[in-house]
Amino acid sequence: MISITHYCTIHNIDTSFVHALADEGLIVLTIATDGPFIEEEQLPDLESYTRWHYEMGVNTEGIDVIRHLLERIRNMQGEMHNLRMRLSLYEDGD
Amino acid sequence: MAFIDYYKVLGLDKTASADDIKKAYRKLARKHHPDMNPNDKEANLKFQQINEANEVLSDPDKRKKYDEYGENWKHAEQFEHAKQQQQQQGYTYGGQTGFEGFGGDFSGEHFSDFFESLFGRGGGSGRRSQAKYRGQDYQAELHLGLREAATTHQHTLKVNDQNVRITIPAGIANGQVIKLKGHGAPGGNGGPAGDLYITFIVEDDEHFKRSGDDLYANVDVDLYTALLGGDITFDTLNGKVKLKVKPETQNGTKVRLKGKGFPKYKTEGEAGDLIITYNVILPTGLSEKEKELIRELASVSSKN
Repeated sequence: MISITHYCTIHNIDTSFVHALADEGLIVLTIATDGPFIEEEQLPDLESYTRWHYEMGVNTEGIDVIRHLLERIRNMQGEMHNLRMRLSLYEDGD
Repeated sequence: MAFIDYYKVLGLDKTASADDIKKAYRKLARKHHPDMNPNDKEANLKFQQINEANEVLSDPDKRKKYDEYGENWKHAEQFEHAKQQQQQQGYTYGGQTGFEGFGGDFSGEHFSDFFESLFGRGGGSGRRSQAKYRGQDYQAELHLGLREAATTHQHTLKVNDQNVRITIPAGIANGQVIKLKGHGAPGGNGGPAGDLYITFIVEDDEHFKRSGDDLYANVDVDLYTALLGGDITFDTLNGKVKLKVKPETQNGTKVRLKGKGFPKYKTEGEAGDLIITYNVILPTGLSEKEKELIRELASVSSKN
C-alpha cells in the first residue's frame, strides 16, 4: 500500500488531484486512520494519470476518455495480431 | 554527430517565449507520448526528440548556451573535452537499457549524443528524477523457435547484471506478454521497483504453421499412393505418425489428427490438432513405357 501523502510529496503534486481521480472512478483509494492509501497494483495507472495531467495538461475527464480509447487501441492491436497470424496460414511460405 | 535544431523539433522560431515552448511541448506530447501510443517504437523515438528539445528550451541556462553556440557548438573549446569522452558516433538516441535484446521503455532520461556533448552526461534537469518513485518498467522481446515453444523449458535472462531464471510453459503464444513483477528498474524515494514485461515472439517453422493450438502442415503424396491408397509416415512435433492415405485421395484433401498439434498453454497433457493437407505430386520425366500405360489408362477411363 502506498500512502497518497507520500506519493504527492515525492511527485510534488496536490493531493486534490488524486482525490479527483478517485471521485471520477479512475483509481480506488483505501482510507486508513493515517490517511488515504492506494494499492501498489494501481500505482502504474496513477503515475500515468499524473504525467498526463501535469505534463500534458489533460483534466480528469480527459484522462477517463484517453483510458477508454487506449483500451480500445490495445484490444484492436490484439485483434490485428490474431488476424495477421490467421492470414499467415494462407500466405505462401511453403 | 549532427546538430539538432530544437526549435524546429517543437515547430517554433528562436523568439519563442517560455509559454510558447510549454504550449508547443504539451501539444506534441499529447500526440507522441508513448503513453498515448502503445507498442509504437516510432512514437517513442519521436517523443524522445520532443522531450529533449523541451529539456533544453524550457531551461533558461541550457537555452542560452544552446542559442549562443548553436550550430558552432563543435568549435566551442569547453565542449571539446566532453566530446572526446563521447566515443560514439552518429546521431542516436539512447533507448537501450544495456542488456542485449532488450529495450527499456521511455524514462524521459534518454538524450542524444549531441545533447550529451553540449550539456554532459546526466545533463538532464532532474525535474523528472525528483519525481522518481516507482521504478521504470522494462520491455523485452524473447524469440523462440516453434519447437522450443512447444516444450516447457527454462531460460536465463540478464537484467541489470542479474540473472533472472524463468520457466517458459509449453504452448506460449506468439505475441504473448508475461510480467515479472519487480524486475524493472529500482524505485526511487522508497518507491517500488518497476516490472519486466517480456513479449514472446514465436518464430515460424519450416514445416508447420500455427493458429492458436492447431498446427498446419502440408504432406506430399505421390500419385500412385493418392490413387490406390497406402501408408506414409510424418514427423509431428512429438514423434512419427503413420498416416493411412485413402484410395482416390484428391489433391488438397485435409485430415485432422486430434491432439497432435501444439500443447495447450498451462494445460498439461492437452494439445490442439494437427491439420495435414495432402499435396499430390504428379510424376515427371515419364518413360515411353509409362506414357504408353497412361494413354491406355486414359482410353479405358474415357470409355467409362
